[in-house]
Amino acid sequence: MLSFTLNGLRFKNPLILASGILDESGETMLKVIEHGAGGVVTKSIGRKPREGYENPVIYELPYGLLNAIGLANPGIENYGEEIKVAKKGGVPVIGSVFGSTVEGFVYLAKKMEEYGADAVELNLSCPHAKGYGMEVGTDIALVEEIVEGVKKEISIPVWAKITPNTENLVKIAKAVEGADALVLINTVKAMAIDIEAGMPVLSNKFGGLSGPCIKPIGVRAVYEVYREVEKPIIGVGGITYGRDAIEYLMAGATALQVGTAVYLRGIEVFSLIAKEMEEWMEKHGYAHFTELIGLAQVR
Amino acid sequence: MYRVVEIEEVVTETPTIKTFFFRDNSEPQPGQFYMIWLPGVDEFPMSISYIGEIKGFTVKRVGAGTARMHQLQKGDKLWIRGPYGRGFRISQKKALFVGGGSGMATLAPLIDMMPGDVVIAARTRDELLFRKRFAGRKVYLATDDGSEGFKGFAHELVEKLLHQEDYEIIYTCGPELMMRKIIDIAISKGIDVQASLERLMKCGIGICDSCSINGYRVCVDGPVFFKDELVKMKDLGKYKRDKAGRRVPL
Repeated sequence: MLSFTLNGLRFKNPLILASGILDESGETMLKVIEHGAGGVVTKSIGRKPREGYENPVIYELPYGLLNAIGLANPGIENYGEEIKVAKKGGVPVIGSVFGSTVEGFVYLAKKMEEYGADAVELNLSCPHAKGYGMEVGTDIALVEEIVEGVKKEISIPVWAKITPNTENLVKIAKAVEGADALVLINTVKAMAIDIEAGMPVLSNKFGGLSGPCIKPIGVRAVYEVYREVEKPIIGVGGITYGRDAIEYLMAGATALQVGTAVYLRGIEVFSLIAKEMEEWMEKHGYAHFTELIGLAQVR
Repeated sequence: MYRVVEIEEVVTETPTIKTFFFRDNSEPQPGQFYMIWLPGVDEFPMSISYIGEIKGFTVKRVGAGTARMHQLQKGDKLWIRGPYGRGFRISQKKALFVGGGSGMATLAPLIDMMPGDVVIAARTRDELLFRKRFAGRKVYLATDDGSEGFKGFAHELVEKLLHQEDYEIIYTCGPELMMRKIIDIAISKGIDVQASLERLMKCGIGICDSCSINGYRVCVDGPVFFKDELVKMKDLGKYKRDKAGRRVPL
Protein backbone atom coordinates (compact mmCIF):
# COMPACT_ATOMS: atom_id res chain seq x y z
CA MET A 1 0.00 0.00 0.00
CA LEU A 2 2.89 2.36 0.82
CA SER A 3 5.99 0.93 -0.85
CA PHE A 4 7.17 2.55 -4.07
CA THR A 5 10.15 3.39 -6.24
CA LEU A 6 11.43 6.92 -6.73
CA ASN A 7 14.41 7.72 -8.96
CA GLY A 8 15.16 4.00 -9.00
CA LEU A 9 15.32 3.85 -5.20
CA ARG A 10 13.07 1.46 -3.34
CA PHE A 11 11.20 2.93 -0.35
CA LYS A 12 9.04 0.87 2.03
CA ASN A 13 6.89 3.95 2.63
CA PRO A 14 6.91 7.60 1.48
CA LEU A 15 7.71 9.00 4.95
CA ILE A 16 11.30 10.20 4.87
CA LEU A 17 13.12 11.89 7.75
CA ALA A 18 13.59 15.58 6.84
CA SER A 19 17.05 17.14 6.96
CA GLY A 20 18.08 18.76 10.22
CA ILE A 21 16.20 16.48 12.60
CA LEU A 22 18.04 13.66 14.41
CA ASP A 23 20.36 13.09 11.51
CA GLU A 24 23.80 14.27 12.50
CA SER A 25 25.01 10.87 13.67
CA GLY A 26 24.58 7.57 11.89
CA GLU A 27 23.47 5.80 15.05
CA THR A 28 20.61 8.24 15.62
CA MET A 29 19.49 7.83 12.01
CA LEU A 30 19.41 4.08 12.62
CA LYS A 31 17.04 4.69 15.55
CA VAL A 32 14.76 6.72 13.29
CA ILE A 33 14.82 3.93 10.69
CA GLU A 34 13.95 1.38 13.39
CA HIS A 35 10.87 3.50 14.10
CA GLY A 36 9.55 3.20 10.58
CA ALA A 37 11.08 5.94 8.42
CA GLY A 38 11.02 4.99 4.73
CA GLY A 39 14.29 6.87 4.19
CA VAL A 40 16.47 9.43 5.92
CA VAL A 41 17.99 12.71 4.79
CA THR A 42 21.13 13.68 6.69
CA LYS A 43 21.78 16.99 8.38
CA SER A 44 23.07 19.49 5.82
CA ILE A 45 26.80 19.01 5.52
CA GLY A 46 29.30 21.63 4.34
CA ARG A 47 33.00 21.74 3.52
CA LYS A 48 34.25 22.56 7.00
CA PRO A 49 33.09 21.72 10.52
CA ARG A 50 30.65 24.39 11.68
CA GLU A 51 29.53 24.94 15.26
CA GLY A 52 26.31 26.75 14.44
CA TYR A 53 24.78 29.54 16.49
CA GLU A 54 24.88 30.04 20.23
CA ASN A 55 21.81 29.10 22.26
CA PRO A 56 18.91 29.72 22.15
CA VAL A 57 18.71 27.92 18.81
CA ILE A 58 15.17 26.69 19.20
CA TYR A 59 11.88 28.10 20.45
CA GLU A 60 8.76 26.07 21.12
CA LEU A 61 5.50 27.64 20.01
CA PRO A 62 1.94 26.35 20.43
CA TYR A 63 1.75 25.78 16.66
CA GLY A 64 5.26 24.73 15.68
CA LEU A 65 8.94 25.31 16.22
CA LEU A 66 11.21 28.20 15.40
CA ASN A 67 14.87 27.29 14.94
CA ALA A 68 18.19 28.76 13.95
CA ILE A 69 20.70 25.99 14.55
CA GLY A 70 22.95 27.66 11.99
CA LEU A 71 23.92 24.70 9.80
CA ALA A 72 26.01 23.12 12.54
CA ASN A 73 27.72 20.05 11.07
CA PRO A 74 30.94 18.04 11.40
CA GLY A 75 32.13 18.86 7.88
CA ILE A 76 32.12 16.55 4.88
CA GLU A 77 35.56 15.04 5.55
CA ASN A 78 34.30 13.71 8.90
CA TYR A 79 30.99 12.39 7.59
CA GLY A 80 31.78 9.13 5.78
CA GLU A 81 31.46 6.99 8.90
CA GLU A 82 28.01 8.40 9.73
CA ILE A 83 26.68 7.51 6.26
CA LYS A 84 28.17 4.05 6.56
CA VAL A 85 26.42 3.47 9.89
CA ALA A 86 23.08 4.89 8.67
CA LYS A 87 23.21 2.62 5.62
CA LYS A 88 22.97 -0.40 7.92
CA GLY A 89 19.30 0.52 8.37
CA GLY A 90 18.49 -0.85 4.91
CA VAL A 91 16.54 2.18 3.65
CA PRO A 92 17.72 4.93 1.27
CA VAL A 93 20.07 7.45 2.89
CA ILE A 94 20.04 10.83 1.21
CA GLY A 95 23.00 13.12 1.86
CA SER A 96 22.05 16.76 2.31
CA VAL A 97 24.69 19.33 1.39
CA PHE A 98 24.97 23.11 1.48
CA GLY A 99 27.41 25.41 -0.24
CA SER A 100 27.59 28.82 -1.85
CA THR A 101 29.08 28.00 -5.25
CA VAL A 102 28.61 25.42 -8.00
CA GLU A 103 32.08 23.99 -7.26
CA GLY A 104 31.28 23.76 -3.56
CA PHE A 105 28.09 21.81 -4.15
CA VAL A 106 29.78 19.54 -6.68
CA TYR A 107 32.61 18.70 -4.28
CA LEU A 108 30.18 17.84 -1.47
CA ALA A 109 27.84 15.82 -3.71
CA LYS A 110 30.73 13.75 -5.07
CA LYS A 111 31.87 13.03 -1.52
CA MET A 112 28.37 11.92 -0.56
CA GLU A 113 28.28 9.59 -3.56
CA GLU A 114 31.70 8.23 -2.61
CA TYR A 115 30.48 7.61 0.97
CA GLY A 116 27.61 5.52 -0.35
CA ALA A 117 24.67 7.94 -0.11
CA ASP A 118 21.75 6.77 -2.27
CA ALA A 119 20.90 10.31 -3.39
CA VAL A 120 21.95 13.88 -2.71
CA GLU A 121 19.66 16.66 -1.51
CA LEU A 122 20.85 20.18 -2.32
CA ASN A 123 19.97 22.60 0.47
CA LEU A 124 19.02 25.71 -1.52
CA SER A 125 16.70 26.97 1.16
CA CYS A 126 17.97 27.26 4.76
CA PRO A 127 16.48 30.61 5.89
CA HIS A 128 18.97 31.55 8.59
CA ALA A 129 22.57 31.13 7.36
CA LYS A 130 24.33 34.02 5.78
CA GLY A 131 25.69 33.27 2.32
CA TYR A 132 24.05 29.85 2.15
CA GLY A 133 20.68 28.18 1.72
CA MET A 134 17.96 30.58 0.76
CA GLU A 135 20.43 33.37 -0.10
CA VAL A 136 21.80 31.04 -2.78
CA GLY A 137 18.42 29.48 -3.48
CA THR A 138 16.69 32.68 -4.56
CA ASP A 139 19.27 33.42 -7.26
CA ILE A 140 17.51 31.78 -10.19
CA ALA A 141 20.52 31.62 -12.52
CA LEU A 142 22.78 30.24 -9.77
CA VAL A 143 20.43 27.46 -8.63
CA GLU A 144 20.10 26.29 -12.21
CA GLU A 145 23.90 26.15 -12.57
CA ILE A 146 24.28 24.33 -9.25
CA VAL A 147 21.75 21.65 -10.19
CA GLU A 148 23.22 21.19 -13.68
CA GLY A 149 26.75 21.18 -12.32
CA VAL A 150 25.99 18.52 -9.73
CA LYS A 151 23.91 16.41 -12.14
CA LYS A 152 26.83 16.23 -14.58
CA GLU A 153 29.30 15.05 -11.94
CA ILE A 154 27.45 12.34 -10.04
CA SER A 155 25.37 9.36 -11.04
CA ILE A 156 23.10 9.06 -7.97
CA PRO A 157 19.81 11.02 -7.98
CA VAL A 158 19.86 14.72 -7.14
CA TRP A 159 17.06 16.32 -5.15
CA ALA A 160 16.72 20.11 -4.95
CA LYS A 161 15.17 21.50 -1.75
CA ILE A 162 13.83 24.96 -2.47
CA THR A 163 12.58 27.81 -0.33
CA PRO A 164 9.06 29.15 0.18
CA ASN A 165 10.52 32.53 1.19
CA THR A 166 10.19 34.03 -2.28
CA GLU A 167 7.62 35.34 -4.69
CA ASN A 168 9.45 33.38 -7.41
CA LEU A 169 8.64 29.88 -6.20
CA VAL A 170 7.52 28.57 -9.57
CA LYS A 171 10.43 30.24 -11.41
CA ILE A 172 12.90 28.66 -8.99
CA ALA A 173 11.17 25.30 -9.32
CA LYS A 174 11.48 25.50 -13.10
CA ALA A 175 15.13 26.53 -12.78
CA VAL A 176 15.93 23.37 -10.78
CA GLU A 177 13.88 21.05 -12.97
CA GLY A 178 17.11 19.39 -14.05
CA ALA A 179 17.11 17.69 -10.66
CA ASP A 180 15.59 14.22 -10.28
CA ALA A 181 13.09 15.46 -7.69
CA LEU A 182 12.12 18.71 -6.04
CA VAL A 183 11.75 18.98 -2.27
CA LEU A 184 9.48 21.67 -0.95
CA ILE A 185 9.28 23.43 1.36
CA ASN A 186 12.05 24.36 3.78
CA THR A 187 11.16 26.37 6.90
CA VAL A 188 9.57 29.79 6.66
CA LYS A 189 11.74 32.71 7.72
CA ALA A 190 10.37 34.03 11.01
CA MET A 191 11.09 35.70 14.35
CA ALA A 192 9.83 35.58 17.91
CA ILE A 193 10.34 38.28 20.52
CA ASP A 194 10.11 37.60 24.24
CA ILE A 195 8.18 40.59 25.51
CA GLU A 196 9.48 40.24 29.08
CA ALA A 197 13.07 40.31 27.82
CA GLY A 198 12.28 42.82 25.08
CA MET A 199 14.45 41.03 22.53
CA PRO A 200 14.31 38.32 19.89
CA VAL A 201 14.57 34.89 21.46
CA LEU A 202 16.93 33.23 18.99
CA SER A 203 20.56 34.28 19.28
CA ASN A 204 20.52 34.64 15.48
CA LYS A 205 17.33 36.73 15.79
CA PHE A 206 15.86 35.19 12.60
CA GLY A 207 15.00 31.55 12.26
CA GLY A 208 12.94 29.05 10.33
CA LEU A 209 9.38 28.23 11.32
CA SER A 210 8.25 24.62 11.01
CA GLY A 211 5.41 22.39 12.11
CA PRO A 212 1.62 22.44 11.73
CA CYS A 213 1.45 26.21 11.23
CA ILE A 214 3.33 26.04 7.91
CA LYS A 215 1.42 23.12 6.41
CA PRO A 216 -0.92 25.32 4.33
CA ILE A 217 2.12 27.10 2.90
CA GLY A 218 3.71 23.80 1.95
CA VAL A 219 0.52 22.41 0.46
CA ARG A 220 0.09 25.57 -1.59
CA ALA A 221 3.69 25.38 -2.82
CA VAL A 222 3.38 21.73 -3.84
CA TYR A 223 0.07 22.43 -5.58
CA GLU A 224 1.49 25.38 -7.52
CA VAL A 225 4.68 23.65 -8.57
CA TYR A 226 3.00 20.36 -9.52
CA ARG A 227 1.20 22.13 -12.32
CA GLU A 228 4.38 23.58 -13.74
CA VAL A 229 7.08 20.92 -13.50
CA GLU A 230 7.30 17.33 -14.68
CA LYS A 231 9.61 16.06 -11.95
CA PRO A 232 8.39 14.29 -8.79
CA ILE A 233 7.80 16.52 -5.78
CA ILE A 234 8.65 15.56 -2.22
CA GLY A 235 6.32 17.44 0.10
CA VAL A 236 7.50 18.65 3.51
CA GLY A 237 6.19 21.14 6.05
CA GLY A 238 3.96 20.32 9.00
CA ILE A 239 3.19 16.69 8.22
CA THR A 240 2.16 15.37 11.62
CA TYR A 241 -0.72 12.93 11.10
CA GLY A 242 -1.82 10.60 8.33
CA ARG A 243 -4.37 13.14 7.13
CA ASP A 244 -1.60 15.71 6.57
CA ALA A 245 0.30 13.19 4.44
CA ILE A 246 -2.85 12.51 2.38
CA GLU A 247 -3.33 16.25 1.89
CA TYR A 248 0.19 16.71 0.52
CA LEU A 249 -0.28 13.73 -1.80
CA MET A 250 -3.51 15.18 -3.11
CA ALA A 251 -1.73 18.50 -3.76
CA GLY A 252 0.76 16.64 -5.95
CA ALA A 253 3.52 15.22 -3.75
CA THR A 254 4.97 11.81 -4.69
CA ALA A 255 6.85 11.36 -1.42
CA LEU A 256 6.93 13.14 1.93
CA GLN A 257 9.34 14.28 4.60
CA VAL A 258 8.67 14.51 8.31
CA GLY A 259 10.63 16.64 10.80
CA THR A 260 8.96 18.66 13.53
CA ALA A 261 6.40 15.88 14.10
CA VAL A 262 9.25 13.91 15.70
CA TYR A 263 9.14 16.55 18.45
CA LEU A 264 5.35 16.61 18.58
CA ARG A 265 4.65 12.85 18.56
CA GLY A 266 7.99 11.19 19.32
CA ILE A 267 10.43 9.23 17.21
CA GLU A 268 7.75 6.58 16.50
CA VAL A 269 5.85 9.15 14.43
CA PHE A 270 6.85 7.47 11.15
CA SER A 271 5.10 4.21 11.88
CA LEU A 272 2.15 6.12 13.38
CA ILE A 273 1.62 8.21 10.23
CA ALA A 274 2.07 5.15 7.99
CA LYS A 275 -0.64 3.32 9.91
CA GLU A 276 -2.98 6.31 9.78
CA MET A 277 -2.46 6.61 6.01
CA GLU A 278 -3.26 2.95 5.50
CA GLU A 279 -6.37 3.16 7.64
CA TRP A 280 -7.63 6.18 5.72
CA MET A 281 -6.94 4.57 2.34
CA GLU A 282 -8.68 1.35 3.34
CA LYS A 283 -11.71 3.26 4.53
CA HIS A 284 -11.83 5.27 1.32
CA GLY A 285 -11.11 2.42 -1.08
CA TYR A 286 -7.60 3.21 -2.26
CA ALA A 287 -5.25 0.30 -2.89
CA HIS A 288 -2.02 2.31 -3.12
CA PHE A 289 -1.02 5.80 -2.06
CA THR A 290 0.14 6.74 -5.55
CA GLU A 291 -3.54 6.87 -6.59
CA LEU A 292 -3.83 10.00 -4.46
CA ILE A 293 -1.06 12.00 -6.10
CA GLY A 294 -2.41 15.25 -7.52
CA LEU A 295 -6.01 14.22 -6.88
CA ALA A 296 -7.00 17.68 -5.65
CA GLN A 297 -5.59 19.48 -8.68
CA VAL A 298 -8.23 21.39 -10.59
CA ARG A 299 -7.44 20.82 -14.24
CA MET B 1 7.71 29.72 25.31
CA TYR B 2 9.59 30.79 28.39
CA ARG B 3 8.18 31.38 31.86
CA VAL B 4 9.78 34.14 33.89
CA VAL B 5 10.53 33.24 37.51
CA GLU B 6 11.96 35.43 40.24
CA ILE B 7 14.92 34.42 42.33
CA GLU B 8 13.80 34.41 45.98
CA GLU B 9 17.06 33.41 47.61
CA VAL B 10 20.66 32.68 46.65
CA VAL B 11 22.78 30.31 48.75
CA THR B 12 26.51 29.96 48.24
CA GLU B 13 27.21 26.23 48.55
CA THR B 14 30.92 26.06 47.64
CA PRO B 15 33.42 28.51 46.12
CA THR B 16 32.12 27.54 42.64
CA ILE B 17 28.52 26.45 43.30
CA LYS B 18 25.42 28.47 44.21
CA THR B 19 21.77 27.50 44.65
CA PHE B 20 19.03 29.76 43.28
CA PHE B 21 15.58 29.31 44.81
CA PHE B 22 12.39 30.26 42.96
CA ARG B 23 8.69 29.42 42.72
CA ASP B 24 7.19 27.72 39.68
CA ASN B 25 4.14 25.51 39.42
CA SER B 26 5.72 22.83 37.24
CA GLU B 27 6.02 19.38 38.81
CA PRO B 28 9.44 17.94 38.01
CA GLN B 29 10.73 14.46 38.86
CA PRO B 30 14.20 14.06 40.36
CA GLY B 31 16.70 13.89 37.47
CA GLN B 32 14.70 16.10 35.11
CA PHE B 33 16.11 19.38 33.83
CA TYR B 34 15.08 22.81 32.58
CA MET B 35 16.56 25.13 29.99
CA ILE B 36 17.52 28.46 31.56
CA TRP B 37 17.77 31.51 29.32
CA LEU B 38 19.61 34.63 30.41
CA PRO B 39 18.57 37.04 27.66
CA GLY B 40 21.50 38.34 25.67
CA VAL B 41 23.90 35.94 27.41
CA ASP B 42 23.20 32.23 26.92
CA GLU B 43 20.75 29.40 27.36
CA PHE B 44 21.81 26.18 29.06
CA PRO B 45 20.34 23.01 30.58
CA MET B 46 20.14 22.73 34.36
CA SER B 47 18.89 19.86 36.47
CA ILE B 48 16.52 20.60 39.33
CA SER B 49 18.02 20.32 42.82
CA TYR B 50 14.94 21.12 44.94
CA ILE B 51 11.52 20.03 43.73
CA GLY B 52 9.03 21.20 46.35
CA GLU B 53 6.87 24.31 46.20
CA ILE B 54 10.11 26.27 46.40
CA LYS B 55 12.36 24.93 43.68
CA GLY B 56 16.08 25.26 43.22
CA PHE B 57 18.81 25.15 40.64
CA THR B 58 22.25 24.40 42.03
CA VAL B 59 24.68 25.82 39.51
CA LYS B 60 28.41 25.34 39.12
CA ARG B 61 30.28 28.17 37.43
CA VAL B 62 31.72 26.61 34.29
CA GLY B 63 31.26 29.06 31.40
CA ALA B 64 29.96 32.47 30.39
CA GLY B 65 26.30 31.62 31.05
CA THR B 66 26.80 30.14 34.50
CA ALA B 67 29.26 32.91 35.40
CA ARG B 68 26.57 35.47 34.60
CA MET B 69 24.06 33.43 36.60
CA HIS B 70 26.37 33.57 39.62
CA GLN B 71 26.09 37.37 39.55
CA LEU B 72 22.29 37.22 39.88
CA GLN B 73 20.69 38.09 43.20
CA LYS B 74 17.37 37.91 45.01
CA GLY B 75 14.73 39.66 42.91
CA ASP B 76 16.46 38.98 39.58
CA LYS B 77 14.65 36.96 36.93
CA LEU B 78 15.24 33.69 35.13
CA TRP B 79 13.62 32.64 31.87
CA ILE B 80 12.94 28.92 31.97
CA ARG B 81 11.36 26.16 29.89
CA GLY B 82 10.81 22.60 31.01
CA PRO B 83 10.88 20.29 32.90
CA TYR B 84 12.36 18.03 30.26
CA GLY B 85 13.65 14.51 29.94
CA ARG B 86 13.32 11.31 31.88
CA GLY B 87 14.23 11.37 35.56
CA PHE B 88 15.30 8.68 38.00
CA ARG B 89 13.12 5.65 38.61
CA ILE B 90 12.62 5.06 42.32
CA SER B 91 13.54 1.55 43.41
CA GLN B 92 12.80 -0.61 46.45
CA LYS B 93 16.34 -2.00 46.29
CA LYS B 94 19.03 -1.14 48.81
CA ALA B 95 20.58 1.95 47.31
CA LEU B 96 23.90 3.74 47.22
CA PHE B 97 23.94 7.27 45.80
CA VAL B 98 27.22 8.48 44.32
CA GLY B 99 27.53 12.16 43.39
CA GLY B 100 30.68 13.73 42.05
CA GLY B 101 31.13 17.51 42.17
CA SER B 102 27.99 19.35 41.06
CA GLY B 103 26.48 15.97 40.07
CA MET B 104 25.29 15.84 43.67
CA ALA B 105 22.75 18.56 42.76
CA THR B 106 20.97 16.20 40.36
CA LEU B 107 20.86 13.31 42.85
CA ALA B 108 19.77 15.39 45.86
CA PRO B 109 15.99 15.54 45.23
CA LEU B 110 16.00 11.76 44.66
CA ILE B 111 17.86 11.18 47.92
CA ASP B 112 15.23 13.34 49.67
CA MET B 113 12.58 10.88 48.43
CA MET B 114 14.09 7.46 49.17
CA PRO B 115 16.35 5.67 51.66
CA GLY B 116 19.97 4.74 50.95
CA ASP B 117 23.55 5.65 51.76
CA VAL B 118 25.32 8.57 50.12
CA VAL B 119 28.79 9.16 48.71
CA ILE B 120 29.66 12.81 48.18
CA ALA B 121 32.82 13.19 46.16
CA ALA B 122 34.78 16.24 45.05
CA ARG B 123 38.29 17.30 44.15
CA THR B 124 38.80 18.98 47.50
CA ARG B 125 36.91 19.55 50.79
CA ASP B 126 35.60 23.03 49.89
CA GLU B 127 33.80 21.56 46.87
CA LEU B 128 31.88 18.84 48.74
CA LEU B 129 28.26 19.69 47.91
CA PHE B 130 25.28 19.23 50.24
CA ARG B 131 27.28 17.60 53.04
CA LYS B 132 24.70 18.82 55.58
CA ARG B 133 21.57 18.13 53.52
CA PHE B 134 21.03 14.44 54.21
CA ALA B 135 20.42 14.02 57.93
CA GLY B 136 19.83 10.63 59.54
CA ARG B 137 21.67 8.43 57.08
CA LYS B 138 25.18 7.30 56.29
CA VAL B 139 27.05 9.93 54.30
CA TYR B 140 30.55 9.09 53.09
CA LEU B 141 32.88 11.83 51.88
CA ALA B 142 35.66 11.42 49.34
CA THR B 143 38.17 13.95 48.05
CA ASP B 144 40.73 13.48 45.32
CA ASP B 145 43.33 15.31 47.38
CA GLY B 146 42.43 13.69 50.70
CA SER B 147 41.61 17.02 52.37
CA GLU B 148 38.54 15.36 53.90
CA GLY B 149 37.13 11.84 54.13
CA PHE B 150 38.35 9.06 51.89
CA LYS B 151 41.43 10.03 49.88
CA GLY B 152 40.91 9.00 46.28
CA PHE B 153 38.34 8.78 43.54
CA ALA B 154 34.66 8.08 44.10
CA HIS B 155 34.77 4.70 42.36
CA GLU B 156 37.57 3.54 44.66
CA LEU B 157 35.44 4.35 47.70
CA VAL B 158 32.46 2.64 46.08
CA GLU B 159 34.46 -0.56 45.58
CA LYS B 160 35.42 -0.47 49.26
CA LEU B 161 31.81 0.12 50.37
CA LEU B 162 30.58 -2.77 48.24
CA HIS B 163 32.73 -5.09 50.36
CA GLN B 164 30.99 -3.80 53.51
CA GLU B 165 27.35 -3.61 52.40
CA ASP B 166 25.15 -5.48 49.94
CA TYR B 167 23.93 -2.57 47.85
CA GLU B 168 21.55 -3.62 45.09
CA ILE B 169 21.43 -0.41 43.08
CA ILE B 170 23.74 2.55 42.51
CA TYR B 171 22.40 5.94 41.48
CA THR B 172 25.09 8.20 40.11
CA CYS B 173 25.73 11.62 38.62
CA GLY B 174 29.05 13.35 38.14
CA PRO B 175 31.97 13.60 35.74
CA GLU B 176 31.57 11.15 32.86
CA LEU B 177 34.79 9.27 33.59
CA MET B 178 33.67 8.74 37.19
CA MET B 179 30.30 7.43 36.03
CA ARG B 180 31.92 5.14 33.45
CA LYS B 181 33.99 3.55 36.23
CA ILE B 182 30.99 3.17 38.53
CA ILE B 183 28.84 1.69 35.77
CA ASP B 184 31.62 -0.80 34.98
CA ILE B 185 31.76 -1.78 38.66
CA ALA B 186 27.98 -2.24 38.75
CA ILE B 187 28.07 -4.38 35.61
CA SER B 188 30.90 -6.58 36.87
CA LYS B 189 29.26 -7.07 40.29
CA GLY B 190 25.78 -7.63 38.90
CA ILE B 191 24.36 -4.58 40.69
CA ASP B 192 21.65 -2.42 39.14
CA VAL B 193 22.59 1.15 38.16
CA GLN B 194 20.99 4.40 36.99
CA ALA B 195 23.12 7.30 35.77
CA SER B 196 22.28 10.87 34.82
CA LEU B 197 24.39 11.84 31.82
CA GLU B 198 25.52 15.22 30.62
CA ARG B 199 26.36 15.98 27.00
CA LEU B 200 26.57 19.14 24.93
CA MET B 201 22.94 20.09 24.54
CA LYS B 202 21.38 22.58 22.15
CA CYS B 203 17.63 22.14 21.65
CA GLY B 204 16.71 20.15 24.77
CA ILE B 205 13.63 18.71 23.07
CA GLY B 206 14.95 15.74 21.12
CA ILE B 207 15.42 17.00 17.58
CA CYS B 208 18.89 18.45 16.99
CA ASP B 209 20.97 15.30 17.72
CA SER B 210 23.71 17.29 19.50
CA CYS B 211 23.50 15.40 22.79
CA SER B 212 23.06 11.92 21.32
CA ILE B 213 25.29 9.10 22.48
CA ASN B 214 25.20 5.86 20.50
CA GLY B 215 21.70 6.66 19.26
CA TYR B 216 20.32 7.71 22.67
CA ARG B 217 19.23 11.31 23.04
CA VAL B 218 20.32 12.58 26.46
CA CYS B 219 17.65 15.32 26.41
CA VAL B 220 14.56 13.14 25.90
CA ASP B 221 15.57 9.46 26.19
CA GLY B 222 17.59 10.51 29.30
CA PRO B 223 19.23 12.32 30.95
CA VAL B 224 18.76 9.39 33.33
CA PHE B 225 19.59 6.05 31.73
CA PHE B 226 19.10 2.54 33.06
CA LYS B 227 21.55 -0.32 33.11
CA ASP B 228 20.29 -2.06 29.95
CA GLU B 229 20.88 1.18 28.02
CA LEU B 230 24.16 2.12 29.69
CA VAL B 231 25.78 -1.19 28.74
CA LYS B 232 25.15 -0.35 25.08
CA MET B 233 26.83 3.08 25.25
CA LYS B 234 30.26 2.26 23.96
CA ASP B 235 31.16 5.95 23.64
CA LEU B 236 30.45 6.69 27.32
CA GLY B 237 33.67 7.77 28.98
CA LYS B 238 35.52 7.55 25.68
CA TYR B 239 34.11 9.82 22.99
CA LYS B 240 31.97 12.94 22.94
CA ARG B 241 30.56 15.10 20.17
CA ASP B 242 31.73 18.69 19.87
CA LYS B 243 29.61 21.71 18.91
CA ALA B 244 29.97 20.86 15.22
CA GLY B 245 28.93 17.26 15.86
CA ARG B 246 32.37 15.73 15.39
CA ARG B 247 33.01 12.56 17.40
CA VAL B 248 36.15 13.30 19.39
CA PRO B 249 37.98 11.60 22.29
CA LEU B 250 36.64 12.68 25.69
